[in-house]
Amino acid sequence: MASLALSPGMVIPRSESRLRRAGRRLLRQPASLLAGIVILAFVVIAIAAPWIAPHDPTKASFMLVRKAPSAAHWLGTDEVGRDVLSRLIWGARSSLIAGMVPVVMALAFSVPLGVISGYAGGWIDMVVMRITDAMLAIPYLIIAIALAAFLGPDLWNAMLAIGIASLPVFLRLARAAAMTIRAEDYVEAARAVGSSHLRIAFRHILPNMLPPLLVQASVMAASAIIAEASLSFLGLGQQPPAPSWGSMLNAAQRHMAAAPWMAIAPGAAIFILVIALNIFGDGLRDALDPKRR
Amino acid sequence: MRFLIFIGQRLALAVPTILILTVLVFLLQHLLPGDPALAMAGDEMDPQALEELRQKYGLNLPVHIQYLRWLGGAVTGDLGMSLRNSMGVTELLLSKLGITLQLALASMAIALLIGIPVGIISAARRGSLADFLGSAFALSGISVPHFWLGIMLVLAFSVHLRWLPSSGYVPFSEDPWRSISGFVLPSIVLGTGIAGVLMRHTRSAMLQSLGADYVRTARAKGLTERRVVLRHALRNALMPVVTLGAIEFGQLLAGAVLTEQIFSIPGFGKLLVDGVLYRDYAVVQGLVLVSAVLFILVSLMADILYFLINPRLRS
Repeated sequence: MASLALSPGMVIPRSESRLRRAGRRLLRQPASLLAGIVILAFVVIAIAAPWIAPHDPTKASFMLVRKAPSAAHWLGTDEVGRDVLSRLIWGARSSLIAGMVPVVMALAFSVPLGVISGYAGGWIDMVVMRITDAMLAIPYLIIAIALAAFLGPDLWNAMLAIGIASLPVFLRLARAAAMTIRAEDYVEAARAVGSSHLRIAFRHILPNMLPPLLVQASVMAASAIIAEASLSFLGLGQQPPAPSWGSMLNAAQRHMAAAPWMAIAPGAAIFILVIALNIFGDGLRDALDPKRR
Repeated sequence: MRFLIFIGQRLALAVPTILILTVLVFLLQHLLPGDPALAMAGDEMDPQALEELRQKYGLNLPVHIQYLRWLGGAVTGDLGMSLRNSMGVTELLLSKLGITLQLALASMAIALLIGIPVGIISAARRGSLADFLGSAFALSGISVPHFWLGIMLVLAFSVHLRWLPSSGYVPFSEDPWRSISGFVLPSIVLGTGIAGVLMRHTRSAMLQSLGADYVRTARAKGLTERRVVLRHALRNALMPVVTLGAIEFGQLLAGAVLTEQIFSIPGFGKLLVDGVLYRDYAVVQGLVLVSAVLFILVSLMADILYFLINPRLRS
């Protein structure tokens, strides 16, 4: 294994320790730490939903239609008498999944393509970049809405639509990172020892472009959560009676004057989660690149 | 000459981008599982009528011929017929353009009036309470779901205080006061989000230029801090913000989908949602295409503006 230890594969451990160092710096910033705790709390709530939700989130009751917050229903009840708090807790699941799945999907597809495009250059790069430009010309939410509409209303289709809408941003970033790293000394060295293009692209370039991609991923997760809520608000995401924060807001809008509590909690939940992700993303960027501060 | 070469290069890039865009938008409809004619007509239609529909829209032709026909129409300004309104998509879009433009301009004005001054103050007084509050405002602006902010503002200003209308669009020519008051809340909703983006970029660009050598020189000359910040640092800091502002404006032209929905403003965004809900796909395609082309044109203009105000690119 000695030959492996001397090979340019050394880049990977170096990048890991850089990430670990950044992680330590991140946790030293009180704002990022707090944001991380908030995100973690949402994850715990989503996982523990069956045990912590006080009521069945889909159980309607004509006796309880639009009741204001009380001891039995802390956040009140909705237009068909369901417990708002329970729906909020269960709704965390679709929001968190919708924040993760599209980003992972977009990363899995755009990173290899971006590396190939940035590393290969030439006409492949030209074609990929023109497609990216064309997609970037359509606002993110509009691509997501149009795609979700054509794919059919469903949470998974909405996530696919959001994932596709996030592609061009990651593609650009991956390509730019690949182009910068291509010119670095260690890539030159790898080429000199006779590594194949594929090996260079995936062993040396890919691990080193992680930092900007991680930062973007946290910001895109925030956008994806808002996008899912928006699609569900329009009836294109999570389908009733399954709870989602976006569809809760849709119902709330129709009962705004009579039951304002229906509108406050789901939107506040989205706001808090998204602001936490954005603060975390800012902190991550500063931690990974201390010069920026 | 340099300027002409610059514009030529930008146009040369814009043309293939727009062509690829047309392919993407056209392919949207073919994502639809099953028969587009069936999707258009709904499930209950006899085979005879379905066949007529296919004939009428050329749906039985090969895909590439369909694309060329659609592209030919789009280039000559014919984006097909809206199934729901039985009117041309182009006319439909033109009739809504003014409303979307009005909302976009009002929102942009709010964004610029808040975002840039707050960004300047935050950078000039880095680390102060004003900086903290300004940054917190910007972060909230970019994190808040617009449609929720819209609902909250309606709750506060329309339902409780009764100061402003909760929804509905009134043409300016009909009742100027009601028209303007109808745009206040939606423009605040859209404007605060963009203000957040502009503020963050203004702040970081200002911090960068406040640390530059020419600013140190200006300070060494004994200029007042006000003059250093506003005359020397700001000029350079604003350049990237111009591009960003143009991008944000270009995006607004696509229609503020949810904001228009909440405030019942009949612009591009509402048209898109109605097109989606009523499966009026020609409208959705036309809207996506037109807004993307508008966006490309706005970015092109921003590039030109950037070129004109940046002396380093000119010389």
